Amino acid sequence: MEIPLKRRALAVVAGVTAVLLAACSSSTSSSTAAADAAPAKEKLKVAFVYIGVPGDAGWTYMHDQGRLEMEAALGDQVESTAVENVPEGPAGKKTFEDLARQGYKLIFGTSFGYMDQMLEVAAAYPDVKFMHATGYKTSANMGTYFGAAEEARYLSGMIAASVSKTGRLGYVAAFPIPEVVRGINAFELGAQAINPKATTKVVWTSTWYDPTIESKAAQSLLNAGVDVLAQHQDSPATGQAAEAVGARWLSYNSNMQTLAPKAWAGGPGWDWGPFYTAQAKAVIDGTWKSEQYYGNMKDGLVKLFGPAEDVPADAAAAVKAAQDAFVAGTAHPFDGPIADQAGKTQVAQGATAPMDALMSMQYFVKGVQGTIAK
Amino acid sequence: MTQESVLVLTLAAAIGTGTPLIFAAIGGVISERAGVINLGMEGMMLIGAVTTFLVDNKTGSPVAGFIAGGVAGALLALIHATLAISLRANQIVCGLALTIFGTGLASFIGKPIEGQGLTKSFGSLHIPALSSIPGVGPILFKQDVLVYLSWFVALIASLYLNRTRTGLSLRAVGENPATADAMGLSVVRMRYAHVVAGGLLAGFGGSYVILRIVPAWSQAGTTNGIGWIALALVVFASWRPLRVILGAYLFGVALQANFALQAKGITVIPAEFLAMLPYLLTVVILVVLTANRRTRGAGAPAALGLPFVRDER
Repeated sequence: MEIPLKRRALAVVAGVTAVLLAACSSSTSSSTAAADAAPAKEKLKVAFVYIGVPGDAGWTYMHDQGRLEMEAALGDQVESTAVENVPEGPAGKKTFEDLARQGYKLIFGTSFGYMDQMLEVAAAYPDVKFMHATGYKTSANMGTYFGAAEEARYLSGMIAASVSKTGRLGYVAAFPIPEVVRGINAFELGAQAINPKATTKVVWTSTWYDPTIESKAAQSLLNAGVDVLAQHQDSPATGQAAEAVGARWLSYNSNMQTLAPKAWAGGPGWDWGPFYTAQAKAVIDGTWKSEQYYGNMKDGLVKLFGPAEDVPADAAAAVKAAQDAFVAGTAHPFDGPIADQAGKTQVAQGATAPMDALMSMQYFVKGVQGTIAK
Repeated sequence: MTQESVLVLTLAAAIGTGTPLIFAAIGGVISERAGVINLGMEGMMLIGAVTTFLVDNKTGSPVAGFIAGGVAGALLALIHATLAISLRANQIVCGLALTIFGTGLASFIGKPIEGQGLTKSFGSLHIPALSSIPGVGPILFKQDVLVYLSWFVALIASLYLNRTRTGLSLRAVGENPATADAMGLSVVRMRYAHVVAGGLLAGFGGSYVILRIVPAWSQAGTTNGIGWIALALVVFASWRPLRVILGAYLFGVALQANFALQAKGITVIPAEFLAMLPYLLTVVILVVLTANRRTRGAGAPAALGLPFVRDER
């Protein structure tokens, strides 16, 4: 009598487990439904592959906003789908392959780690156009896109210095890669434009998206005496930590004002809509070609949200003037002279850091407190 | 900003980090003392967290949110109890299934609140007189009411296990269910009650994360695996509630140390190494405990993980 009982129990467990697993796997793909209705005339099918979910209020959210903007702008010329939570690696490759097979003719991948998988799939589907955000590898039917966030970072540094009482700023940073280092340097240079004595203390979290860790890192910076925080992270946890103790905060990616309304002073972000619209339009018109697109504030790809209303008027005017100069091309965040932490000149007076130096930046400017792990 | 030293502020923050662990790990102790391992703790914490968020924002009452979070954790634990006790399923397997299920279900329920902030929460409650003791005061007595509640829960759990008749019966059920059964105790009823109570506490742990650590719903990132750390803490604490407090705060300090050292400009140890320190510490402590003959399995209920069948002896 013992054996059948155990067997029965085992069968129940197996059954329940299967149901449970099915229940949770369907929940993650619940919003990926594509319109299956047969279109009257040929629509361009555009797919977006996300590393996270639009609900992150950050990186993925802004890409999804861009997707919706594209749909609104092109109406019945396009239909689009988004696949969320796609990991980098083999699972990612399969997603790109599936989408290409399902007839998607333009596919965007929004995480650096998709690079090699996209390249492989692109080679197998030459009639599908691939666009990869933040990467550097291209082929005949695969391009890259990203933007000069450093312009908005610089402006956010100006705002930070103007709302700081102590001139001591803090920065919750993800990984010591050039993109993040560039942002920190631009932030500090902008802060110095308002307060030459401003310093930026950097704490690394070794994660892009982990609200608990981000919140702890933010707290440590506040404990160490900084009164304004900036972040290169995808969640608003830094701002919520600042809000809790009455400090100020510069957000990233999207307009996060409502998530920490008292702390929020502004923040750099993105507007992918016009770019996505132009890409889809180019495919429809047959004018698309592979490129390495690097947008900026002038294109509208890079944005500054804010400054918040309580930022002093003269500082807000200075921010506006600097923004106008960036847009007009008369100034650049990395205009010399720029010295690194050791005092060594990195960009000479009258010069501007060239593109390749920006893309491989591995030093902190003077005024940044922190180290870049080698 | 404040005149407290960085050390005091860091230790005070470490207490906040340790608090969800206290709730969850004591839940684990209670469940395991009854002989049922609950690997579904992470899922229960997440369900607790998302429920707290929804109820808090709906009712504007953090108290209601906190209680609802516990109840949600308890309901999930009820599934675990049904599988593990009535159906005598493998506790490890159904515990794991519940973590996966709980994570998925929480993401599903939480879909509409992604990217929103929590509107109402608990503030800090300074205990008069005690909070003005230099050093200790700001670390221990300028916390929120849930921190004090976690101490109370630990104390009650300890007294319950060691000083009450029901606690004695519970230990009997966990150590030798056949004997407990022969004494006329209902093993099934005792186990159900304590697995559900454990789920309630795990749910409270999740509630604390939402109410006091990250006031926004961020899917599985909300609890970020601390349900598993809580499980390790149960072993670390040798199944004793008061020792859980010690372990939880130790973990809190290790987690906080990374950023505190970076913010202080101490960079001798790479940030990446410090980031793994709390987890490394967990592994090392478990290894030390199990490698030592005297402490190996000390306090572990003898019938832990074994389903009870009356006919089998």
